Amino acid sequence: MVDQHIATYREEAGELLAELESSLLDLEESPDNSDLINRVFRVMHTIKGSGAMFGFDEIAAFTHEVETVFDLVRNGKMAVTKQLLDLTLKSRDHITALLSAGHGEVNRHEGDDIVAGLRQLVPQAETTMQKMDEPTAKVPPKVDSADAEQKTWRIRFRPNRELLLNGNNPVLLLNELRALGTCHVVAQFDNVPRLDTMVGEHCYLYWDIILTSSLGEEAIRDVFIFVEDDCEIKIELVDSSSLATDDQSYKKLGEILVERGDLLPVEVQKILNQQKRFGEMLVDQGVVTPEKVQSALIEQQHVKTVRQERAAPAPDAAASIRVPAERLDQLVNLVGEMVTVQAHLTQAANSLRDPTFINISEEVERLTNELRDTTLTIRMLPIGSTFSKFKRLVRDLSQELGKDIEMETFGADTELDKTVIEKMNDPLVHIIRNSIDHGIEMPEVRTAAGKPSIGKVQLGAEHFGDSVLITIRDDGAGLDRDAIRAKAVDNGLIAANAELSDSEIFAQIFTPGFSMAAKVTNVSGRGVGMDVVKRGIEGLRGSIAIDSLKGKGTTITLKIPLTLAIIESLLVKIGDSHFVLPLASVEECVELSRADVEAAHGRNLVKVRGNLTPYISLRELFDIGGSPPDIEQIVIVSVHGQSIGFVVDFVVGEHQTVIKPLGRFYQDVQGISGATIMGDGSVALILDLSVLAQTAELAEHNQL
Amino acid sequence: MRLSGCGLKAYNKEDCTMSVAGITETVQYLSFKLAEEVFALDVAKVREILEFTSITKVPKTPEFMRGVINLRGGVVPVIDLRLNFGMTCTEQTVNTCIIVVEVILDGDVIVLGILADSVQEVVEMEPDYIEPAPHIGTRLNTEFIKGMGKVNNDFIMILDIDKVFSTKDLLAVQGSKN
Repeated sequence: MVDQHIATYREEAGELLAELESSLLDLEESPDNSDLINRVFRVMHTIKGSGAMFGFDEIAAFTHEVETVFDLVRNGKMAVTKQLLDLTLKSRDHITALLSAGHGEVNRHEGDDIVAGLRQLVPQAETTMQKMDEPTAKVPPKVDSADAEQKTWRIRFRPNRELLLNGNNPVLLLNELRALGTCHVVAQFDNVPRLDTMVGEHCYLYWDIILTSSLGEEAIRDVFIFVEDDCEIKIELVDSSSLATDDQSYKKLGEILVERGDLLPVEVQKILNQQKRFGEMLVDQGVVTPEKVQSALIEQQHVKTVRQERAAPAPDAAASIRVPAERLDQLVNLVGEMVTVQAHLTQAANSLRDPTFINISEEVERLTNELRDTTLTIRMLPIGSTFSKFKRLVRDLSQELGKDIEMETFGADTELDKTVIEKMNDPLVHIIRNSIDHGIEMPEVRTAAGKPSIGKVQLGAEHFGDSVLITIRDDGAGLDRDAIRAKAVDNGLIAANAELSDSEIFAQIFTPGFSMAAKVTNVSGRGVGMDVVKRGIEGLRGSIAIDSLKGKGTTITLKIPLTLAIIESLLVKIGDSHFVLPLASVEECVELSRADVEAAHGRNLVKVRGNLTPYISLRELFDIGGSPPDIEQIVIVSVHGQSIGFVVDFVVGEHQTVIKPLGRFYQDVQGISGATIMGDGSVALILDLSVLAQTAELAEHNQL
Repeated sequence: MRLSGCGLKAYNKEDCTMSVAGITETVQYLSFKLAEEVFALDVAKVREILEFTSITKVPKTPEFMRGVINLRGGVVPVIDLRLNFGMTCTEQTVNTCIIVVEVILDGDVIVLGILADSVQEVVEMEPDYIEPAPHIGTRLNTEFIKGMGKVNNDFIMILDIDKVFSTKDLLAVQGSKN
């Protein structure tokens, strides 16, 4: 049980630390933002409090020191400085280290250094003061009022006539009540005498107040504490959020008046027998004054609104629950199985041709698809959490390299599959490192080139069909097209006379071992990074595009599929084997007859609506025996913006593909990115179109 | 005399003085046939035995990698050990089985199927009955063989299945193909 709590604490502390980091980085940009300072303080406080509770004494003690400093900042006794932020960021790292390590395994000196540094920052007078009141426990931050129970009170405030003479002002009291929550006040005039008999100093009015507040009856009575003896106060609870009621309406007008003692039940009955609006009738009859009716009506309206608000979706606090990731993975797996079984069912239903059976199977299909979509969205997370990590990276690296770099992000709420986000991390680190190290120039160079001395790195995400585009843009030196070309020719990667487009030349930087850096820094330059990026992105079935203008900057765009688990695909057949192609890249299917092949004179080109499209015979490429049917099918797909055809025997149709990895045994297989299980239980292979196109191209080059 | 009861055992002990290092406990082995030869696997390595099902060949892979099968929603590779051991390709008969084993490859547990012409039985063998493999005459790389077990005067080759699938050998086979 305790272990479980500790695990929860670790998890929560991890999240809090991430929040802390992003708050600190934001604070750097706007050091006066009191919201941010409060947030930092609150996070520290929570980490400290629960740390002490679960036996992380070291964390509690250390965090206390940091919290102390931020308390001063919060109270305006200290300014937010770069030094302070540096130290706090270090403290954050230290707490992370303390969290993950067991007792006594951590470099305690580091913590001591940070604490010493923090103490130095604190003005002298404050330290002594702080020491004096150290033993006093900290008051926990005020509970957010939204959390507390909301109650609605009916108050009748009927002051004595002499109230004003005693120096009290009912207006002030009413204002005080208004400050407690949502408040409606109705004045009652029925005691006001005729003008000739009225005493100017007397108070003839009384008030009905409907108040919704999280504070209790005590607080309301406190408002009237000085006039208690000079008035008659009636406080009744009429509604409470703890009252379990789904009914959004409130009592009938008559009921309210009866409850208040302004009306007798008998009278209600009598009036009800007449067919008029109830309020009007009451007034007509002179049973109650119009003001009383209005007051009651307001109460009715007020409570109705309050209840409606309560019934409306609660803020996110209660709307989200914490679920272990593996349970979600299991759910996704099960849904995957379900999709497979459903495919089997559809197949069986269609072959049996029983209308009832087909009906059921279609219903199941619809449900399965919904279930699949819902399950996959559960795993979607906003990419923003990763972004804040990169903010830190940019900050630390730019400091290390002596560059001024500002990081901008956009589209932080773009959602991606959890696994995809995790796997995006390494490639993004490499790309951003590259931008900072090679892209952005030193401030002097930038100024000389007429650019602002502060470099800019932009990191953003946006939806694009069933993919997400992640853009990393810097306004640095840009890629030197000619230098890359020369280097690539040097390395024998391209022929000296090859005619290549810009993007083809830029693509050379993804070759393993290719580095343009004159010297290897500890940040980058070993020529490993971009290779890692390429592999990482291709592992996610994504693609990379580079655009660069010398002197202006570089933009790298990563196109990543939304999910790795289930894709829409096209099922095709060659011989006895089934293959699937991701439907997203399929453009069209055309027939390829024997006559077409003969007319092409051995060239693998086919005319599709006026465009010559190259095609690859998968049968040949995969060495599948047997002879093709007379009319084959070409599936035309778009690979990196280029159309290319794949020749197959038959196109079976659309298929929901649950992606299964082929495992280590087949990890080096080219052109197959995974497998999927079909309705009949057999296995079909998923084609990796870009690799296939590449190998085919390469094979052709070798033949020439 | 009590001697008669344990006499046989004593005799065998003397006979098999060259017991194999590393085999110290009585272990159960699953025996199976590849062509006419009988092999055995530590049962702890065996997860299950399946009937022969259709295997999907992955293109451009060596012949001994027969392809992949669907094992309750998971994709599991199937290996034709006969090709690994220099025999001819396994022909499908009524007795052909897929033995699903757990292999440790570079520290990771990998599930894979191996084709067997037939599965025989589970035998219990004491360490004393297991001899080290002779260096010649088995036609196999002796690295793969943990020892020779003796059951009813027949010898069974006990495979070290982890070694059979060590990355080095697999890469070697793949390299020769390319």
